Amino acid sequence: MSDKSLPAVSYLKIPDEGNPYLEGHKCENCGAVFLGERSVCSKCFSRDKMSAVKLQETGVLHSFSVVYRSFPGIDVPYVSAIVDLDGGGTVKGNLINIEPDPEKIDFGMKVKLTYQDALGRKDKEGNSYLSYFFEPA
Amino acid sequence: MSDVYVLGVDMIKFGRFPDRTVPNIGAEAALMALDDAGLTIKDMQAMYCGNLGQANAMVGQRILQEIGQTGIPVVNCANACATGATAFREAWMSIKAGIYDVVLAVGVEQMGKGLLGGAGGGDGIPKEGLLGSGTMPCVFAEAGMEHSKDHGTTFEQFAKISVKNHHHSTMNPKAMYQIETPLDVVMNAEMISYPNTKLMCSVNVDGSAAAVLVSEKKAKELGMGRAVRVKASALASDPYTDRDLVMPDVNACTRLAAEQAYEMAGVGPEDINLVELHDCFATAEMLHYENLGLCKDGEAGKMIDEGHVELGGKVPVNVSGGLLSKGHPLGATGIANIYEVCTHLRGEAGERQVEGAKLGMTHVIGLGTACGIHILEKV
Repeated sequence: MSDKSLPAVSYLKIPDEGNPYLEGHKCENCGAVFLGERSVCSKCFSRDKMSAVKLQETGVLHSFSVVYRSFPGIDVPYVSAIVDLDGGGTVKGNLINIEPDPEKIDFGMKVKLTYQDALGRKDKEGNSYLSYFFEPA
Repeated sequence: MSDVYVLGVDMIKFGRFPDRTVPNIGAEAALMALDDAGLTIKDMQAMYCGNLGQANAMVGQRILQEIGQTGIPVVNCANACATGATAFREAWMSIKAGIYDVVLAVGVEQMGKGLLGGAGGGDGIPKEGLLGSGTMPCVFAEAGMEHSKDHGTTFEQFAKISVKNHHHSTMNPKAMYQIETPLDVVMNAEMISYPNTKLMCSVNVDGSAAAVLVSEKKAKELGMGRAVRVKASALASDPYTDRDLVMPDVNACTRLAAEQAYEMAGVGPEDINLVELHDCFATAEMLHYENLGLCKDGEAGKMIDEGHVELGGKVPVNVSGGLLSKGHPLGATGIANIYEVCTHLRGEAGERQVEGAKLGMTHVIGLGTACGIHILEKV
């Protein structure tokens, strides 16, 4: 078992020093930004033009849904959000620290990333995980 | 190249059949389609079978083990919710290519109840409810909310789609449900993922549908009486769009397939008399009015408000009851909607008949993403 939290997804980076961040892979040819490592760009088909970039911490809410029914054991309601990050990259995640009421959530609202424990979820070995969330900026 | 015709087509009444097997459910529709064509399994030169839940288990061959093992080539297809349409299209292609004259296409699915998608898997910890939701009601809610953002589409407008399709299903004896479902009932049903309430989500059912496709030569030989011409068949995968890998883009994929289908058929949206489109959720149907060119971008809300998409309207959509009330057995859906359109083109749809229907369109979209569109023409 690891003595520190593991990243919930591969594109969440936890450096030994400094703050966690989300990593994108950007095509040097066309500028498309992907989550996760890859060597070929699916937009312009360039090969070996991808380089890792640190995604920005702020963005705008593109779309969302308030989820009232999920699988057993998952707390509802919560806000599932699609966020366009400033500087490129689209990320899906929970929007927290906001009332889960569709009337009170505005498209285009500014949000920022926050990094927190993954809702107490642990893997079979008992490891803890760090995840990312959005909150109103 | 030869035109291709649907000579026989049928579907079983959708329902829940936990005591039957997938091949057994598929075999029933296959026999019905053969009977409708006036042919037997001995006349079939190939079979294309669509099924998702047992994609690795040779469902097509197991259907033949129930209805006649003639040794013909069988291809099993899986393509998410476009599975049935893909099997039909493969059959169409094989005739178009001049390889066969008479081919059987079958779609079948046995579903459990409950939420689809988002169940997780993979390494580490479950991601559902941690990184948003991957459940289908949520994914399609987010797609619908994008329309709300751009065009001000309301919860009530989305809900009206479900009212319409449930109303249509009261006239379809093969639909899972035949229950009038007024607006307040739809809107006050359990909220699953805003704005989709439970009655705005498709019904998980078991079902099967099948079609016998023939070449022009064979159709003339057998008599064109009830044959329906396949005017266009299009299949698209998701073209790159900026958010597609995070938020599946059902719009771009549908628009691409629609453009190809209209071009192949040499017709435009204004020529289409009825449409069976992929209303897996009420929010999805709204998007496809525009994606299929039935109205201009931004006018989908008006289409439902003004009744243009109801039976009797300008272009009736989902007069079968749609996936919302007829039910959505994933692998069967793409052939069941072809059955519906053919039934109208043959003038055999009874109470829900779209009068004078000459051209109809079917559309399915499976996330991942695959969009299948067919345009069918009365002979």
